[in-house]
Amino acid sequence: MSIRWRKRAGIALALLAGAAIPYVAPPVYVNLASEILIFGLLAMSIDLLLGYTGLVPLGHAAIFGVAAYVVAYLNARMGLSHTVAIPAGILGALIVSGVFGLLAVRTAGLYFMLITLAEGMLVWGLAYRWTSVTGSENGIGGITRPEFLILPWQFYYAVLVLFAVCAWMLHRIAHSPFGLTLRGIRDNEARMPMLGYNVTLHKFLAFLISGGFAGIAGAAYALYNRFVSPATVEFARSAEGVLMVILGGSGTLIGALLGSGLILLTRNVISLYTDRWLIVMGTLFVLVILFMPDGLLRGLERGVHRLRVAVSHLRFLGSLLRPIRSPTTAKEPAGEVPVPTRHETP
Amino acid sequence: MSPSFLVLQLLNGLSLAALYFMVASGFSLIFGLMRVANLSHGALYLISGYIGLTVVRSTGSFLLGLGAAVIAAVLLNILIKEGFLRFVRSRELSQVLLTIGLAFITGDLCLAIWGGVPTLIPIPSPLQGAMNLGLIAYPRYRLLLILIGASVAVALWLLLERTRWGAVIRAGVDDPEMVSALGIDIERVFLGVFVLAAILAGVAGVLGGALLGLYPGGDSDILLISLVVVIVGGLGSLQGALVGSLLAGFLEAIGKSMLPELAYFILFAPMVIILAFRPQGLVGRR
Repeated sequence: MSIRWRKRAGIALALLAGAAIPYVAPPVYVNLASEILIFGLLAMSIDLLLGYTGLVPLGHAAIFGVAAYVVAYLNARMGLSHTVAIPAGILGALIVSGVFGLLAVRTAGLYFMLITLAEGMLVWGLAYRWTSVTGSENGIGGITRPEFLILPWQFYYAVLVLFAVCAWMLHRIAHSPFGLTLRGIRDNEARMPMLGYNVTLHKFLAFLISGGFAGIAGAAYALYNRFVSPATVEFARSAEGVLMVILGGSGTLIGALLGSGLILLTRNVISLYTDRWLIVMGTLFVLVILFMPDGLLRGLERGVHRLRVAVSHLRFLGSLLRPIRSPTTAKEPAGEVPVPTRHETP
Repeated sequence: MSPSFLVLQLLNGLSLAALYFMVASGFSLIFGLMRVANLSHGALYLISGYIGLTVVRSTGSFLLGLGAAVIAAVLLNILIKEGFLRFVRSRELSQVLLTIGLAFITGDLCLAIWGGVPTLIPIPSPLQGAMNLGLIAYPRYRLLLILIGASVAVALWLLLERTRWGAVIRAGVDDPEMVSALGIDIERVFLGVFVLAAILAGVAGVLGGALLGLYPGGDSDILLISLVVVIVGGLGSLQGALVGSLLAGFLEAIGKSMLPELAYFILFAPMVIILAFRPQGLVGRR
């Protein structure tokens, strides 16, 4: 009961803090906060596969990007309204993740990574070379926002609500019987079919759900950035998403937001000094894998746990020390029960 | 379609396949033996190509450039294995992510040092120009590339199938623990395969730099082709890498000449079909 209320209080506090950002931060940072939430949602969709199903998708930016491209094409090139373009974008992401998922979920482990990587690069290749539709390197610009979402704070609140709703849905999915089955697949894929579960179907559905949320994030990104280009779907973005999840802590969902915040803040700071972001990101990758493979949240948890253990050890040591510090109280009982005195009393 | 067009595309496909095979076979060997998907393999190709370019430019000798590229690739691959991968042994996910990080660092380093302008490594003068083949005239350099690719394939096959060292590698692919239980230092075999893959990638970097040019993103292009090749052919199999390279080379050549906008896409068609019907690849085993 108390833990549940503590959690609820934490969520309420986080939402309050999120809602306060436009009041305390300049518009540039409000925009950055929107971006962090959008990529946090993408990273969460990756976490559903990575942390809960044990499949590492290396091409999720492509699914994200398909939604962004569809929104951009329908909105900017064909002049359709948002009520058509946004659902079409998410639908596009679902279709692509359906096709990609069908191919990828037949495999696991390394093969899954390599296949999703190749799928992601395929989308990049299309975005880059199918000039008549995607505009190649020039991308598609001129995406409009609905009238009530034009200012940074307006857009930020919309993204905040979107993020909160999606996070809640993903949380419910991850902690449903379906989510438990996914975790069963993650922990022991060979045993699940023997328990009567259709592993391939579960993996496919997980891929589809994950792709759907990546598509929502992608559609939001198209409106946020008002411009899409091959850089939106490139492999570095997919890898960044995976890094966000691992940095924050996989299998926690909310760790993805933490990772997204850390990575995008770092990128913003680094970009003031150098263009070499990929070197920095690559180094982060190496450092995280070598020194913090289970992420910040778990690392913090472990740190807190160690602190607690240390405190209880100190207490134990203290209790051992006590008799030595006050020798009189320690020796008194020994002195009080000398054998001869008992003999003398009768 | 005239016969001369067909011969031209056949030769184009073969010369691309020769290049792809050199990169993909190294990737596939490392994967087959150590279960490491070394995604920094494309970056290794690119940076050794650039190092070769610098040496060719400053000395004027193509062969010196080739040698420098091979030495650099071998040193880099030993660094990748001994400096990084050894710390995440037998953790597949961590290994892949580690090599992704290294690939980003290497690729961006290339961009920082050599800039973003696509560059061709100059071909030595005896190899410039075309050779008359009767039906068509074809560039000498590309013909040489086909020859090199074929001899690499034969040499690798002889090495793996006809030598003691090759027998140890094949045994290691099947059961590394049993190999080390028989008193063979499997770590040295692993290192040997990394060196072999690096030699192939270094040679391919210079030869490819003279054929396709060196440019930012060339690392992920060649990595992607390697992925398609090994997924089509079957991971860890030399024959698979050969079949996959030939298929990828021909599709790329035909796609480029007939549907240039979708050439990249056509490369993936066989991968999709094979994944749907034979997920283990054409030659692969489960």
